[in-house]
Amino acid sequence: MAEDTGAPETEMMTGAEIVLRALKDQGVEHIFGYPGGAVLPIYDELFQQDDLKHILVRHEQGAVHAAEGYARSTGKVGCVLVTSGPGATNTVTGVMDALADSIPVVVITGQVPTTLIGSDAFQECDTVGITRSCSKHNYLVKDVNDIARVIHEAFYVARSGRPGPVVVDIPKDIQFETGAYVPPANVTHGTYKPQTRADAQSIAAAVELLASAKKPIFYTGGGVINSGPRAVAALRELAELTGVPVTSTLMGLGGFPASSEQWLGMLGMHGTFEANLAMHDCDVMVCIGARFDDRITGKLDAFSPNSKKIHIDIDPSSINKNVRVDVPVLGDCGLALEDMIAAWKARGLKLDEAAMKAWWDQIGVWRARDCLAYRNSQDVIMPQYAIQRLYEATKDRDAFICTEVGQHQMWTAQHYHFEKPNRLMTSGGLGTMGYGLPSALGVQAANPGALVIDIAGDASIQMNIQELATARQHGLPVKVFLLNNNYMGMVRQWQELLHGNRLSESYVEAQPDFLELARAYGWHGMRCARPGDLDAAIEEMINTDKPVFLDCQVANLANCFPMIPAGQPHNEMLLGEETEDAGAACA
Amino acid sequence: MTEEDLSVPPASTYFMVEETDPEERHTLSVVVDNQPGVLARVIGLFTARGYNIEQLTVSEVHHKRGVSRITIVTSATPHVLEQIRSQLRRLVPVHSVADLTLRGEPIERELALVKVRGESESRIEALRLADAFRARVVDANTGSFVFEITGKTRKVDQFISLMKPLGLIEVVRTGIAAISRGPEAMEV
Repeated sequence: MAEDTGAPETEMMTGAEIVLRALKDQGVEHIFGYPGGAVLPIYDELFQQDDLKHILVRHEQGAVHAAEGYARSTGKVGCVLVTSGPGATNTVTGVMDALADSIPVVVITGQVPTTLIGSDAFQECDTVGITRSCSKHNYLVKDVNDIARVIHEAFYVARSGRPGPVVVDIPKDIQFETGAYVPPANVTHGTYKPQTRADAQSIAAAVELLASAKKPIFYTGGGVINSGPRAVAALRELAELTGVPVTSTLMGLGGFPASSEQWLGMLGMHGTFEANLAMHDCDVMVCIGARFDDRITGKLDAFSPNSKKIHIDIDPSSINKNVRVDVPVLGDCGLALEDMIAAWKARGLKLDEAAMKAWWDQIGVWRARDCLAYRNSQDVIMPQYAIQRLYEATKDRDAFICTEVGQHQMWTAQHYHFEKPNRLMTSGGLGTMGYGLPSALGVQAANPGALVIDIAGDASIQMNIQELATARQHGLPVKVFLLNNNYMGMVRQWQELLHGNRLSESYVEAQPDFLELARAYGWHGMRCARPGDLDAAIEEMINTDKPVFLDCQVANLANCFPMIPAGQPHNEMLLGEETEDAGAACA
Repeated sequence: MTEEDLSVPPASTYFMVEETDPEERHTLSVVVDNQPGVLARVIGLFTARGYNIEQLTVSEVHHKRGVSRITIVTSATPHVLEQIRSQLRRLVPVHSVADLTLRGEPIERELALVKVRGESESRIEALRLADAFRARVVDANTGSFVFEITGKTRKVDQFISLMKPLGLIEVVRTGIAAISRGPEAMEV
């Protein structure tokens, strides 16, 4: 027997074995990928084990979106495995999508052998060069003894601070070589140590400013969800404690329950009248894990002109980037909110009751405009109606909703009411059409038995339609709820409103027969064209225990309102004709 | 299509913001892990976000720990400068970022090698000027000199312009290395 020196013996194994061991030690259970020449040694190892489940996609972009769906619905890091060259370049859209929405994903790419790098070898590309600006960080591993450390670092970087995608490029010869495995506990990062706890001074300044408010608002974002359940709980507690109205970006939906009296709905370009007007008129804005994106602020110099702003963010570069703030709070928003609650209570702070009553009365007037109203029809399914019915049918089933990008996405944000975080998976920052279906597959893999629905548009769904096969192969019973209007609806809407209704290339001619298409992929295909049949169709869809594709034929020319038109401030919104006092409204 | 439809002017859903504050020239010092691609990351950040790089110098300063120090001279509005600093700090291999200009006027020096055709009278004049500027002769033959000059950018500029009429052949410059005054050091 060897003498116990206290130090564990170094385990030697091949690079490919190290990869799998490192993934297992990082808690990875599912990996989304597509094999190819430069990752065959890793796929060979995958074949010889049962702990890690590999989900074979049909396009590498789909693998990244699936990993994003996995990550967003669980709060864990998603994982992708693809080959070199085209395998790696096909992930670029997904990697950029994860960067834009701060989603933790680790993408492992094969690379040609180290001796061939730079020789324009078959399926060679400069993966680290190509992904440098679309990933949070990336690595090219050139020594087998570095593989374990780099993978552990990659997971750490992906999930720490503001999360994001990390690419690890591993040449094929390194996968064959034998080297030492290093467990995660032995790896610490030398430089990347984001500040998570906000300093007490900024917390004090934030609560003092908030307490002085007469018309406060909480403007929340995806940071609340990324921060995790503690942040969500703390947001609810601080909102209850103070009685402040809450709005959220697309990314933050579910961070605050839509059933709350204090919920104003989403803000921004297609946000609610009450949320945008409250943002415009507030005197103290608390931005929590959001980043003053241009879809939120509209015209910058007219954005919430009379408010003092508090900004809680873990990413220092988000602070003062687009909008100058008065009180920056640098740190994890969950911890910061908890500290604010403690400071609020310790100081016995309270908002001015009369002022808050007046503020809520004003919000009540805005709410009464009923900005999401639309003219329903007996003959044709209105897309808003379709989402309302889907919501009614699924609200008690804790459904996970994914979307593609376009009008259907905004209608989902407006008419599907989220009570919990991690229930909406949508491409917010990059606006990637084709995100929804593969993302839903990742959600379903992470949440077996859950109801997972991709609310889709007819143009977007075709950007990753090949993933229908993935669902079938892996028995992932996701539902596609297709709002089919035969247009790229959002493009058509902008052309109508901003380009003289010149509908350049936005009509989708030669649409496939989605029913036949779904069936060809082994899905249960359904079609619904009349409002009277919709509820029954939705019931059948959610009660069928296999992948279901419901082609819901909706009104072709419906527009998504409210809308803040080009270069306008928040108080100049276009409202739908059904809204009270229709037309452009002024506060 | 009706006439009315055509009357709708095309419009963008992006707003345009112009930075109106005057630009300032700042010298930044960035301590990084000396790993492959780190310089590409720093430069890529500047190009991707539309920041200027006027000068850039990089060299390893701590061999054992594999740490390099990059000196960047950039011009931007105060708001953009704040962004540049935070964006640099966000890069994973970056240890620390200091805006040396914000800490008071830093010591800035650069080195130039200046090749001059030195014949007859201009030969003596070039040597005389080099002496005045404390430039060293590092190569000499019957037809030319190479001077090594170190100093502030302005001094090097001046020396080069004086060499022009005397038969300047070519110049190579390092860009500045900069360090703050006083006992404080950058975080490594």
